[in-house]
Amino acid sequence: MCLGIPGKILQSFDANGLRMGRVEFGGIVRDACLAYTPEAMVGDYVVVHVGFAISRINAEEAARTYKLLEEMGQLSELEVGGTDGRQSSPQSAVGGKTDEIS
Amino acid sequence: MKYLDEYRDEQVAGNIIGEIRRILTRPWVIMEVCGGQTHSIVKYGIDRLLPQGLELVHGPGCPVCVTSLELIDKAHAIASRPEVIFCSFGDMLRVPGSHDDLLTLKSRGADVRVVYSPLDCLKIARGHAERKVVFFAVGFETTAPANAMAVWRAAQEGIANFSVLVSHVLVPPALGAILQSPRNRVQAFLGPGHVCAVMGYEEYEMICAQYKVPIVVTGFEPLDILEGTLCAVRQLEAGRAEVENQYARAVSRKGNPPARELVMKVFEVCDRKWRGVGGIAQSGYKLRKEFCQHDAELLFQVQEIQTQEPSICISGEILRGIKKPHDCPAFATECSPQHPLGATMVSAEGACAAYYAYGRHGEISPAHPGRGTGAPGGVAQ
Amino acid sequence: MSDPKLPGEICPAPRTAPGQILLGHGGGGKLTAELIQKFFLPAFHNPFLARLDDQAVLEFNGKRLAFTTDSFVVSPIFFPGGDIGSLAVNGTINDLAMSGARPRYIAAAFILEEGFAMDELRRVIESMRRSCAEADVLLVTGDTKVVNRGHGDKIFITTTGLGVLDKRVRISGDQARPGDRVILSGSVGEHGMAVMSQREHLEFAGAIQSDTAPLHTLVEAMLEASENIHCLRDPTRGGLATTLNELAAASRAGIQVEERKIPVHESVKGACEILGLDPLYVANEGKLVAMVAPEAAETVLGRMRGHPLGREAQIIGEVVSGHPGRVLAKTGIGGTRVLDVMFGEQLPRIC
Repeated sequence: MCLGIPGKILQSFDANGLRMGRVEFGGIVRDACLAYTPEAMVGDYVVVHVGFAISRINAEEAARTYKLLEEMGQLSELEVGGTDGRQSSPQSAVGGKTDEIS
Repeated sequence: MKYLDEYRDEQVAGNIIGEIRRILTRPWVIMEVCGGQTHSIVKYGIDRLLPQGLELVHGPGCPVCVTSLELIDKAHAIASRPEVIFCSFGDMLRVPGSHDDLLTLKSRGADVRVVYSPLDCLKIARGHAERKVVFFAVGFETTAPANAMAVWRAAQEGIANFSVLVSHVLVPPALGAILQSPRNRVQAFLGPGHVCAVMGYEEYEMICAQYKVPIVVTGFEPLDILEGTLCAVRQLEAGRAEVENQYARAVSRKGNPPARELVMKVFEVCDRKWRGVGGIAQSGYKLRKEFCQHDAELLFQVQEIQTQEPSICISGEILRGIKKPHDCPAFATECSPQHPLGATMVSAEGACAAYYAYGRHGEISPAHPGRGTGAPGGVAQ
Repeated sequence: MSDPKLPGEICPAPRTAPGQILLGHGGGGKLTAELIQKFFLPAFHNPFLARLDDQAVLEFNGKRLAFTTDSFVVSPIFFPGGDIGSLAVNGTINDLAMSGARPRYIAAAFILEEGFAMDELRRVIESMRRSCAEADVLLVTGDTKVVNRGHGDKIFITTTGLGVLDKRVRISGDQARPGDRVILSGSVGEHGMAVMSQREHLEFAGAIQSDTAPLHTLVEAMLEASENIHCLRDPTRGGLATTLNELAAASRAGIQVEERKIPVHESVKGACEILGLDPLYVANEGKLVAMVAPEAAETVLGRMRGHPLGREAQIIGEVVSGHPGRVLAKTGIGGTRVLDVMFGEQLPRIC
């Protein structure tokens, strides 16, 4: 629902007592209010929604979880598929289900 | 663009889909809550890439769709007044009330302006002291901090000619309403990523415990939605029901404390009527009494509104995930983005509008096999 | 091609106003098409009009002429990279060029609003002079009218163009055949976003300029490379997606494209992301789409890339026999979506 786009803080400044930032999105630079992300510094990425930064992107967390996604599928097939220890056999299980769902 | 492009990577998407396929043993119904997530799913064709048996149903996460007809009619009445400069996000401009929409009013001379941030309205108000600037504050919890800041600043700076017409709605009560319905089919949720960036996800732990449904806080890019789906499927297959945070790069359990603090200073929880669904207790925000001088609903005495919804509309069932757009007899025939009959077609984020925009009107619905122009050939992967 | 007005002004039909012209009728999408089908075609029925190309190809004493007209109502009249004047000249040149014709003569009719600043008029005329000179066309006749204040948005320009078709090329919207490659001459979304940035006072730091340009020399280069070019069209209002749909409908064929192959500049992408817009539906004024026989595609592409207006040309898809009239896109993650015709203008969204 909420269109929030990640942008990089290039500069921060004060306007009317509010902390603002010049934020870069791709090739576009726009101002955003940084009042809600006091911990975000120049160089950090923030999620901006309707002109306000609502969250600072945790770069380490992003890198860590992304790496897991990239490596997914290279995990061995011996990975257990369910708590009952049963190996799920994708072809037959899902194929069988297809007939039941119309 | 960093933190966008890599979350649209085809190869990694394939990895996740492969993993879902590997562990899926039976059909499941998962609801994505946010309109933005629906948009992404349809835009990238994600649901068609998932294995058969895994069904994504679309939730009520479109604040534009669920703004009550009464409030929209009130907005139109206020916007029609000559002394008013009526400001709104683009989403609301085409939403039809009982008679008109903001665009039509604008073409007849109403001063209706699109804004990109509530702070823009303060600028307008400062520059037009002789006019009344009214902002249509629609949104879920995500938009509340921005709207709260606008009201707070107006109060501090004494910008007397600025007011807001509030239509904030809250997600957790909506999930409760869905789960309480006897016809509910939803077995797990992809939770609202940006709502949780603001609010955190403590509230969802209670829902999870009470109804025993997995809730995975999920982002908006294709890889986010796929990973969120994978997490939900893992839980479902294992019989677990927990709150998980897929969108950890932007969301923490406590959310954004300074934002929540200002929201609670400016707004308080109230009952709200959701278009297509009905009244849900404690499911909205309204302005606190201290800010009544900025409350457009109080400032503008609008007469009793007589609202009129077409009876053919099944928005309510779509918003609760019970039906799909092409289950509706009016979908893409009497009801379309150009002639919307109800909530889920009025906004680009509504399930019906998203389906229509991304060309789903050619599909055959099991309920109406005679309709549809035939599924676009070659679409199935 | 006329430009859309304020983002809110092109709107879907309200339920209570049939029987009236709506702003949406000027959007270039479904409402416009309905108007043409219901009113204009039946009244003026003839084989030239029935093709619904952007120009008419006429024969006089063995010579083939291309003939076109277009109105320009863009607001604001000055925007990064161009103005209503350059648009009016280039737009009509391009409509002629899309038939393979060499543009030769332009006529221009002006409707000026009482109170319009002389300085601004001078700027617009100078811009038109430059555009005509650059494109080597002559403005040979014209007309001027003035309407009361409030009855015309500063300036409206209608240009009519005449061009000469040298070769026996048959380029028309209905000529696409299964197997044809779809070639796009460059990146999309610049014009629409440039105009919007000006109109909505969005600061894009000058990063986005309208791509308005005359395409006839690019078309000439393409025709020198091969005569097997079946369709040409410039994707103006409604964007690339709408144009592809028009061609699919006219040729009664299906089109499949790969989104990842469609060039979009970083700044346009950023602006579209922030506003929640889809670049495939944003107007262009200096790009073309071509349907080219498969054996000629690479040659034509190479020639395009050697031309200043075609450096970023790409083969983005092909014409297929399946799903006639429909355009399918392979999405960035390997899924599929249908690219439908846009109804009105996209509105920026927060959701």
